Amino acid sequence: MQQWLDQLIANNEWLQGVPAGFIYTIAIVVVCKVILVYASLLAGEVVWLERRVAGRMQARIGPNRVGPQGLLQFLADGVKLLAKEDIIPASADRKIFLAAPVIVFVGAFAGFVVIPFGHGLVAADMNVGLFVILSLTSIEVVGIIMAGWASNSKWAVLGAMREVAQMISYEMPLAISALVVVVLAGTLNLSDIADQQQGWIWNWYVFRGPFAFAAFFIFFTAALASLKRAPFDLPEAESELVAGFHTEYTGFRFAVFFLAEYTAMILFAMLTAVLFLGGWSPGFDVDLTGPWARWIGVLILFGKTVLLLFVMIWVRWTLPRFRIDRVMYLCYKVLLPLSIVCVVGMAVQVLVAMTVLGGEDSWFGSWLMGARP
Amino acid sequence: MADAPDLLSGGEPEGTTHIHERQELVGRDVRTEEMVFNMGPQHPATHGVLRVAVKTDGEYVRALQPHVGNIHRCVEKIGESVPYYQWVPYLDRMDYLAAMCNEHVGCMAIEQLGEIEVPERAEYIRIIVVELQRILSHLMAIGVYGLDLGAFTPFLHQFRERERGMDLLDHLSGGRLLYHYIRIGGVKRDVSRDWLDELEAFLADVEKRMPEYNTLLLHNHVFQERTFHVGIIDRDTAVRWGVTGPALRAAGVDWDCRRDAPYSIYDRFDFEVPHGVSDIGGEVGDCYQRHWIRVREVEESLKIIRQALAGLPEGPVMGRVPKGFKPKPGEVYVRGENPRGELACYMVSVGKSDKAWRARCRGPSFSNIACITEVSEGLLIGDLVSLIGSLDIVLGEVDR
Repeated sequence: MQQWLDQLIANNEWLQGVPAGFIYTIAIVVVCKVILVYASLLAGEVVWLERRVAGRMQARIGPNRVGPQGLLQFLADGVKLLAKEDIIPASADRKIFLAAPVIVFVGAFAGFVVIPFGHGLVAADMNVGLFVILSLTSIEVVGIIMAGWASNSKWAVLGAMREVAQMISYEMPLAISALVVVVLAGTLNLSDIADQQQGWIWNWYVFRGPFAFAAFFIFFTAALASLKRAPFDLPEAESELVAGFHTEYTGFRFAVFFLAEYTAMILFAMLTAVLFLGGWSPGFDVDLTGPWARWIGVLILFGKTVLLLFVMIWVRWTLPRFRIDRVMYLCYKVLLPLSIVCVVGMAVQVLVAMTVLGGEDSWFGSWLMGARP
Repeated sequence: MADAPDLLSGGEPEGTTHIHERQELVGRDVRTEEMVFNMGPQHPATHGVLRVAVKTDGEYVRALQPHVGNIHRCVEKIGESVPYYQWVPYLDRMDYLAAMCNEHVGCMAIEQLGEIEVPERAEYIRIIVVELQRILSHLMAIGVYGLDLGAFTPFLHQFRERERGMDLLDHLSGGRLLYHYIRIGGVKRDVSRDWLDELEAFLADVEKRMPEYNTLLLHNHVFQERTFHVGIIDRDTAVRWGVTGPALRAAGVDWDCRRDAPYSIYDRFDFEVPHGVSDIGGEVGDCYQRHWIRVREVEESLKIIRQALAGLPEGPVMGRVPKGFKPKPGEVYVRGENPRGELACYMVSVGKSDKAWRARCRGPSFSNIACITEVSEGLLIGDLVSLIGSLDIVLGEVDR
């Protein structure tokens, strides 16, 4: 983004008198605001999507009254939640209780700064983008544990406890299966990862060999666990723990948890699309790097995100909930070994492509080692 | 260990403690406590206002105690203070998911006490509505069990079917949940040809859709993981605690009141009584088998209704009930197979009165829920929900 700003300053004389740091600050605030609004609106609409899809699957209609097809339902819900009494339990640890939703919110939203929405359309083009996202989503867990502990409710504590148990289980397969992509791409920069997948559909990382294909499913499953989505919704298991960690939260604080959950869903769906499904690549060779064409890329990435979100919703409304010991069994004994096999296999694949198959010189070699052939 | 060094004094030099002493230190320093949860009376998985005090060690249940009585409504006392015919609608409100079955047992008890004959056609209609009620109740139980385990969709799908069934009973009686359709001496209204056609269509649909529901729950891998070998009520425990109904049959006891102690005209029908066996998966007496029994019983009820429809005779639907009905002195104990187990009515008449001297009900849910104190130790909290859900209790009947 800095290059773009520098260019902007160079081209407009009236900007050259303003201190560069000031322009950067303004630009950062504006971009963050845009992303925040984009993500919040999207999260609101995902709630609508979830309710409509769930309604469809359950032989009922779902929200269809507020706005066209009920699209503005989330506004009505928001107003309702704002109008609710804001209760803080007398025995709660006030400071932590108030801080928890904020931390969860930050953890869910901050990840969007490194997501490339289209070619060059990224707020912070970091070389450690993937790493940043995985770290930020872990911050969310801290907020949940704080919420569970500070509520001073037994159900909330149990929910937080489950979240801890679940986190230490899914974090490893999640990170390691993301590592498969890193080995393949040779970079942690999400823009570069997406750029290397442009072109025809077989350039998408999910199709580059069996290990990447397996890693896609491991990543998606672990992402479901990290999102606390059914069948891994144990920390808030409605029929077991009442509402789990947010049992004691009402009104807007509850809405923040709710919004953060759906934002995290979008974040992970986008991340999966960028890592495995070619980012903004439409599946055939077309140049989407132009100043206007890249906005078409945004739409394509959006479409892929919605598709992955639909799968998440579909899974949620189909499967019963796992038991906590089965979640840990699945993560430690199935997904973790599988993801390690994938990383090692991918390393061997890249090594073979670089040495035996001639690396970037041959089409097949560069295809196997993750570059754009 | 008496000479274990005191951590606070810090006087002991490093390395003097033995490994087992260190373990002792950890045990003293990092204490774990058992926590008592009050599950209910407002809890999504207790199916009403049941309160279960659970002592847990982390996620594990160490001991529990169900507390009942939150919706005690004096059904038995009312039975002793109102005329016989007025008591029947109160019975509806005990097990509100199986109101017809309650009425049936209650009316049978009163009829036996007063030696009232029930016309043939009324008996057949009674069987039809009671078995229809059993299907509806089991559909509800199957769906809600999915809800307990976190699967929302099967619940609403089954509600779609249940809705139609309730409409059928609504046409017949004017009520969707509580009917007061079976009366002393017969049934309130005759069934029409249209109604019977609608019923047959409904049965065909249920039969067609049961496999669909089974793919969502019964054959679902995650569902099986949650229910296999969980909450095992074995034969011995079941008999000792007086568990009845699907829970008893799942424990491997081949007992069904309808077949083994026939009442009404159940001896005329040909149906199977499913009971727990090890080759369907899971273990005899676990949650999965209880669920499986319910699924099978729906199929058997379909069979019974079809046979009853085929044999439905013409005639009146109401027998002769004397005005100012005052039975002779005597006592009766009548039991019937409700969807949840055996419901029994014990009534005593001292004569010259239109009220019972004693009216007592034995409800299945009460005995079924009692046994969780014994079988729940060592379960995870998730499993406890699974166990309570599989027993399919109705609190209206537990408390009465």
